[in-house]
Amino acid sequence: MNGNGSEPFVTIRGVSKWFGDLQVLNKITLEVDEHNVVCLIGASGSGKSTLLRCLNRLELVQEGEIVVDGQRLTDPKIDVNALRKKIGIVFQAYNLFPHMTVLQNVMLAPRKARNVPRDEAEWAARTLLSRIGLEDKADEFPDRLSGGQQQRVAIVRALAMEPKLMLLDEITSALDPQLVSEVLALVRDLADSGMTMIIATHEMGFARECADRVCFLDDGVILEESVPEEIFTSPREPRTREFLARVLAAEELA
Amino acid sequence: MHAFHQVIHAFFNLHSFTLAMPDVWAGFQVNLKMMVIAEGLVLVLALAIAIVRGLPGRGAKPLRALAIVYTDFFRGTPIIIVAFIVGFGLPGLQIGFVSRLSFVTYGIIALTLVYTAYVTEVYRAGIEAVHPSQRAAARSLGLSYAQTMRYIIVPQAVRRVVPPLLNDFVGLQKDTAIVGVIGIAESAQLAQGFSTQNGDFPSYIVAAVFFILITIPLARFTDYIVAQRERRERAQAF
Repeated sequence: MNGNGSEPFVTIRGVSKWFGDLQVLNKITLEVDEHNVVCLIGASGSGKSTLLRCLNRLELVQEGEIVVDGQRLTDPKIDVNALRKKIGIVFQAYNLFPHMTVLQNVMLAPRKARNVPRDEAEWAARTLLSRIGLEDKADEFPDRLSGGQQQRVAIVRALAMEPKLMLLDEITSALDPQLVSEVLALVRDLADSGMTMIIATHEMGFARECADRVCFLDDGVILEESVPEEIFTSPREPRTREFLARVLAAEELA
Repeated sequence: MHAFHQVIHAFFNLHSFTLAMPDVWAGFQVNLKMMVIAEGLVLVLALAIAIVRGLPGRGAKPLRALAIVYTDFFRGTPIIIVAFIVGFGLPGLQIGFVSRLSFVTYGIIALTLVYTAYVTEVYRAGIEAVHPSQRAAARSLGLSYAQTMRYIIVPQAVRRVVPPLLNDFVGLQKDTAIVGVIGIAESAQLAQGFSTQNGDFPSYIVAAVFFILITIPLARFTDYIVAQRERRERAQAF
């Protein structure tokens, strides 16, 4: 459990998953300690997003075991709603609720899933929004906000549930380059505040700076896992080298 | 010229017009009453059945099957037959209050049965049109299946289906005249009475005008909603 310091906060053991005949995760094993940030890098289709979605049971795994905060996620009898309340996920496409204002987006889950009284939920939501400088957008609908603003609201919406683990699924991939930095700044703040995070990202500079460890996924396998310094300067695997060379070349072009 | 006068006399004779007007208007109020009650019932029941049809899991399979059988049956049966079955069949059964309702009530039941089946499909299409990522976002925040339906999926679905739904309601409003055949004193039946009595047709024109007068605003309102949505979506695209 939590109190036992030696137990990692997230344990993924031998996890495999197939979509039909296609194997998307292949015996993934990974441990994440509390207050650590782990970045998943790798080409599109390497399994990063699927792995994150398995971590809050948006997808089911066919093999292996996932334990978060002492709870076996892969146990079919687990209370999945209770589990999800402590695991926040943010998606590439923001997925804000378009029929609700920014404030309502942030307040909904605390009010309905955690029964926080309205006043308290609203106060908490406005505090969070002012932390990201969007308190004046509280009563706007999401389509009035820029992509970067929407994504920051999505992050804050997840934070409103006071999660113990945040999963970020390529949250800057849909953004214009000039909007990426405002979102990454918020994630950096979260990392500094000690939030445990697993982040699928294409932003190598960010991974290098913020991650405690970086995993390179290739074809559903964690091919290489290391501290950022090592993986970015002296990757062991040829596939990792190839991938990094390709990404860095693309970044130079841009 | 002779034919023209004949048409005018048969359909637009002012005398018959004024003669028929008060009774047909009284009958039309019965149509209005049936519309409003049936529409209210349809809105609620169709949503319930659409939700049942979408329930997940093996346990809900019998319920889903029942919902499918219901929609298949009532979408496939002409409303006049449903009206006969309800209006003449239920009284014949002699089972307590169910067999002692007024014909207006039987008419409302027939309308509700048929249009609930149509509108269920409309709602279902709307529910399925909400992007799966909305469901994923809601569930990942810890909202239950029911809460996700209630706060995220259904509100977005209902907004989407307003135009097709209003379209179905235009149909329902007109079909109040069809279920009248079981013996309801509604405008079409009363108009027929006048027509037979006087040997002309202005009473039908009166009834037609009443129906058109309430259908046109509904159609324009539907257009307005569609236009408004298009404007909003175009604004979003930029």
